[in-house]
Amino acid sequence: MSRDSILSKIRSALADVETKAEHPGFEDAAVVSRVRLGDGSPIAAFTRNFEAVHGRVMRHADPLVALLKEQGRTFGYCDPELMNPLGHALTAAGCTVETRYDRTRYDDYEFGITRATAAIAETGSLVLDDARTSDRLAALSPWIHVAVLREEEVHATLPEAIAGLGNSRNIIWVTGPSKTADVEGILIEGVHGPGEQIAFFLD
Amino acid sequence: MVNRQPIDAYAHDIDEEKQSSVSGGSAASTDKRYSALFSDYEDPNALRRLASRIKDHTLHHLDDYLEQAESSLKRNGCHVHFADTDDDARDAVLSILREREITRLTKSKSMASEEIHLNDHLIKNDIEVLESDLGEFIIQLDGDVPSHIVRPIIHKNRREIARTFQREGIADDYNDDPEAITRRARVHLREKYMEAEAVITGGNFISAESGRVVLVTNEGNSRFGMAPSRVHIALVGIEKLVPTDRDLAVFLNLLGRSATGQQLTVYTEFISGPKDDSQPSGPEEMHVVLMNNGRTDVLASNCREILRCIRCSACQNVCPVYRQASGHAYRSPYGGPVGAVLSPILFGDRFPELADLPKASSLCGACNEVCPVDIPLPDLLLRLRDKAKREHIPQPGDLPMAPFATLATSPAIWRTAMTMSKAMNHLPIEMAPVRPLQDWLGQRTLPEWRGGDFRKWLKKRQSD
Repeated sequence: MSRDSILSKIRSALADVETKAEHPGFEDAAVVSRVRLGDGSPIAAFTRNFEAVHGRVMRHADPLVALLKEQGRTFGYCDPELMNPLGHALTAAGCTVETRYDRTRYDDYEFGITRATAAIAETGSLVLDDARTSDRLAALSPWIHVAVLREEEVHATLPEAIAGLGNSRNIIWVTGPSKTADVEGILIEGVHGPGEQIAFFLD
Repeated sequence: MVNRQPIDAYAHDIDEEKQSSVSGGSAASTDKRYSALFSDYEDPNALRRLASRIKDHTLHHLDDYLEQAESSLKRNGCHVHFADTDDDARDAVLSILREREITRLTKSKSMASEEIHLNDHLIKNDIEVLESDLGEFIIQLDGDVPSHIVRPIIHKNRREIARTFQREGIADDYNDDPEAITRRARVHLREKYMEAEAVITGGNFISAESGRVVLVTNEGNSRFGMAPSRVHIALVGIEKLVPTDRDLAVFLNLLGRSATGQQLTVYTEFISGPKDDSQPSGPEEMHVVLMNNGRTDVLASNCREILRCIRCSACQNVCPVYRQASGHAYRSPYGGPVGAVLSPILFGDRFPELADLPKASSLCGACNEVCPVDIPLPDLLLRLRDKAKREHIPQPGDLPMAPFATLATSPAIWRTAMTMSKAMNHLPIEMAPVRPLQDWLGQRTLPEWRGGDFRKWLKKRQSD
């Protein structure tokens, strides 16, 4: 009912349009910010842009352990497949790491370690593909989220990241920690999602 | 008492504290927008023009793209519902919930849902609806309505919010620190997310090619609402389509920068169906309600360019009228210049009541300059003024033209009137000779009347 009625209303609304606008088409370069990309490597641009939105970039377990201890957040979840490079190192350093995300304890996890599938240098964003994230709640409910990826997975530009979306039914780009400025325009981080967003590059 | 047009009455009566929240907040957003766009791009105007052409192309082929979007969404495993009217949209949402015996849900910010007063309808039908965007959550607690497209509580200050939290039992004590307010909402809302059976969201874009629904938030509330829910309902206006995924690059780059001066909003989610079977979290069912609710009337009007709008609120932030009057003065979910054009046509049966909105503008053009899809807002305001005139919609302060015609066609009477009008400089408005003139004067601050001086000057110049 509604379907046919909407379509017929659209057609009659457009009846007076003599020349329908063509799609203008565009080159990727038209939408890419050269300034954001800079002259250095995509990794350098990613680091600069991600840090500008208060994300942290790490490459070793030590600074992560130091951060967790400093904040007193030593109980968390780790994707079982990431125990080997990262989870075991945290356990060895005295953190408690679980490899099964128990939904009933969503508020207990202080950090969550999951896989990112890519990143975007131009915008400083992490790409989380749901099909490759062990549990999307683990990337969301803890105060600290550690997204693990490899340097070669970084896309240079936003149009490249769009071209690489693939067939997954759910993909999210994360550009820094969760934030709001609803109260008097004052920036507060960690609204519903993580207050600390970390990109962790594997060797 | 002067009879004012409704928007003028709001601007006149606005509380000083509220006006300064609105004015300061929107000016800050305008500055951030400018620095984000102009430091990142050599020619941001080229990007705006590109976006406007893609939107025009989409609107001119909306029937084709709507059919394409429908089949893409279905291919992805989504249920597609069409809703021609506001009733249809409310019914569609309610019956999805009823059929699944769902009584508890969270909702992330959606202007489309504000249009159709969805919350009221669901609550009346015994469904517990909780707004999860911090600003919308506070609006709901206060029984208020949002006053800004992107920042719903721009008209409130921290003290007011802290009092609300105490009154509503969100917190035991009064604390107006914005960080404390945010933490308290975090604790309260995450419990609700976990209990909810469904989530309702809007949608910023739908790619017709892939059927991806794109949703942007800064807080992560839609993501959190979706993770534990079994049903996701996205309520989306039919004008939100873009042809392909690739086009999204243009709009995503413009939306965050225009709205909040961010290169990208924190969470940009591409959803093209229910969760993968292998995943523990995420909705098992996804429903997309494609809503018309007057959009085809706008498409048929001579203001169809307004359908290019991506709801960034840049025009609202920059508008001197909005900054003075605040969003509630626009009496619809859409404030500022976009509201002044969109609301009178989108809610067509309310046209006479909303016809003051297009008149409340100096046509300064700032709205057009900041619009990411280059909508010629001042032109559209003029077209709507013309429509109001043609439809003979009377408004306070309309001056009868017949007496003016008599004055203007008789040089002797004109001269006398011009000279005598000098007396008006010192007369209170109430002493103006006719009521419409009183109303007209009540809505303006005129410079000191110097009637007749030009003639004297010219005469003197000629005799010299």
